[in-house]
Amino acid sequence: MPRKPLDIPLKLETISVLDENGEVDKSLEPKIPNDELKNWYRWMLMGRRVDERLLKLQRQGRIGTFPQASGHEAIALGTIVAIEKPDWFVPAYRETTGFLYRGWTIETILLYWSGLEEGAIPPEGMNDLPIAVPVATQLVHAAGIGMANNVKGEKKVVMTYFGDGASSEGDTHEALNFASVFKAPVVFTCLNNQYAISVPLHRQMNCQTVAQRAISYGIPGVRVDGNDVLAVYVAAKEAVERARKGEGPTLIEGLTYRYTPHTTSDDPKRYRKEEEAQQWAAKEPLIRFRKYLEKKGILNDKIVTQMEEEIETRIQDAIKNVERMLKEAPYSDPLVMFDYLYADMPPHLQEQRDELAHFLSRNKSDAEKKHETAAH
Amino acid sequence: MPEMNMAKAINLALFEAMTRDDRVVVMGEDVGPDEGVFRITEGLHAKFGDKRVIDTPLAESGIIGTAIGMAINGLRPVAEIQFSGFDYYAYHHLEMHAARFRNRTRGRITVPMVMRAPSGGGIRAIEHHSESREVIYAHAPGLKVVMPSGPRNARALLHAAIQDPDPVIYYEPKACYRLFKEEVPDQIETLPIGRAQVVRQGKDITLISYGATMRCTLEAAEMLEEEDGVKAEVVDLLTIAPMDTQTIIESVTKTGRVVIVHEAPRTCGIAAEVIARINEHALLYLEAPVKRVTGYDLPIPYFAREKAYLPDADKVLLAARETLAF
Repeated sequence: MPRKPLDIPLKLETISVLDENGEVDKSLEPKIPNDELKNWYRWMLMGRRVDERLLKLQRQGRIGTFPQASGHEAIALGTIVAIEKPDWFVPAYRETTGFLYRGWTIETILLYWSGLEEGAIPPEGMNDLPIAVPVATQLVHAAGIGMANNVKGEKKVVMTYFGDGASSEGDTHEALNFASVFKAPVVFTCLNNQYAISVPLHRQMNCQTVAQRAISYGIPGVRVDGNDVLAVYVAAKEAVERARKGEGPTLIEGLTYRYTPHTTSDDPKRYRKEEEAQQWAAKEPLIRFRKYLEKKGILNDKIVTQMEEEIETRIQDAIKNVERMLKEAPYSDPLVMFDYLYADMPPHLQEQRDELAHFLSRNKSDAEKKHETAAH
Repeated sequence: MPEMNMAKAINLALFEAMTRDDRVVVMGEDVGPDEGVFRITEGLHAKFGDKRVIDTPLAESGIIGTAIGMAINGLRPVAEIQFSGFDYYAYHHLEMHAARFRNRTRGRITVPMVMRAPSGGGIRAIEHHSESREVIYAHAPGLKVVMPSGPRNARALLHAAIQDPDPVIYYEPKACYRLFKEEVPDQIETLPIGRAQVVRQGKDITLISYGATMRCTLEAAEMLEEEDGVKAEVVDLLTIAPMDTQTIIESVTKTGRVVIVHEAPRTCGIAAEVIARINEHALLYLEAPVKRVTGYDLPIPYFAREKAYLPDADKVLLAARETLAF
């Protein structure tokens, strides 16, 4: 009974297609029509500009705390373009570019961060879930959605997201195991930005990559340059094809950097050096993709300026629309908080709704009386 | 006696407890060099280092499960869950294990640990960051649940929680962290767990609350006195479980009228338990049905609508006047 090495497949790849200067590895370059590539850039730029505007609005007190997503456009876009419209999008919370691509309006995104449930309503006809704030819970739901696709005999794929911090939650491991055991058509995309608020990757886990965890679940794992939209796309496309063929889930780890604070309430100076962020600045995803597209003759300053103007107009319109909406029902009406908890409102909840309505109308008439008194 | 806010008072209690007892360790997400997302662990990592101020991986179940192991093995862990909305992940360990080891082993194995978490709404936070779910722990036999309402009682109760031989859930009303300052004695003081406090004397009506809603309850009591000439007695529960029946009953038998205030949902809430105890011990003293001013039976709405959801002084005043007019 000797000791023998176990025959466990330990294949693990990293993929990088575009370097920091926008130079491409021709052998890996995906064949994407030029118009499509231009479109990708436009969506990534929109993701960036929306994120930047959200920050300004937050600083002005017009929206609440939110987690910034600048720098994560390549992972969001490279994965989301790899699925089809009827497929499922099960996000975490830094996939702004993916939300926009799937048809979530800027208005809806603004409503969510303005503290309204109406901002969590997915676009009509899309198999999308809203933002998932509690960490890693969405992954188990994604596995279940994939299992249901198998039961129903549907060839739809589930694209889901989580962070490096989330990789520590038990739910992540349960989701990967379930999806693997049941060959659920799920692509698990880890947005590894190397920080869970203040905790760096090396304090989060004692292994080199998130991707290698795939080995223990018997599924393919790949680490890609998460700031390289082409590399992300190559990995995602393969994973989606495998899932659609009934070959089960894949774990993709996109290595990137959290260029921003965790949220607008966070101050990264407390736990990391600014030089670190500067080192990552050159690896930023939009710059290299633009260089690549310029070399291919797809983009130039004029085209980009025009894109910027269109995006700016679109953002400004959305802000104006939301300012108007906030003054109107249902957005301005607190009583709708009761209306969607159950399919049928139970009597005790109707009583509570009436109680609040009574209280609010009383307060309103009190305020009017005071106003009248003041006017006299 | 220095003045400080509740965030500082909790920080002070942690500092003092770690200084005088080497068994006390602080653990959780971002409690180390970041000093906690609300800065509750400020200065602790610098003073006590990695071994006793432990930045954990992001896993609530892991944090509480390992805290239980540490407590069993002789330490006094104070585990932070970053927001109470995320402690459901840890509930299994608290209810099925922390709460039961003493009973299962007839006292041989015990779990002297504290789970701290910022709780409640009112700070315009993101979804899942404003929950008030103290009742699920109060309903778990074997756990103690404490909720301070101000700097001084926050510090005293945290000392008591850390010294307690059993697991204590210490929920911090985060809306109060920096709301007001109070004098805190130079010497360490503790408040007994399981005891409520009468914080305002009165004879006409009893207002009972705890945690963040103590502020609007006291405000309503002042308004009742100024506008209606009514003297309201105000009881701060401080401990949710085990609940201090005696203090409640003594006040109710004096006033005969009661309003209970909390921001957690109404059904099977803390107010329901208070009413049951009043019914058991003082029903015939009541002059009016007991009223509840609570959060509604809903997940707390996203922040744009949370003000309408939360109790405020006007809601308490209305309920008190209806009770007085009955």
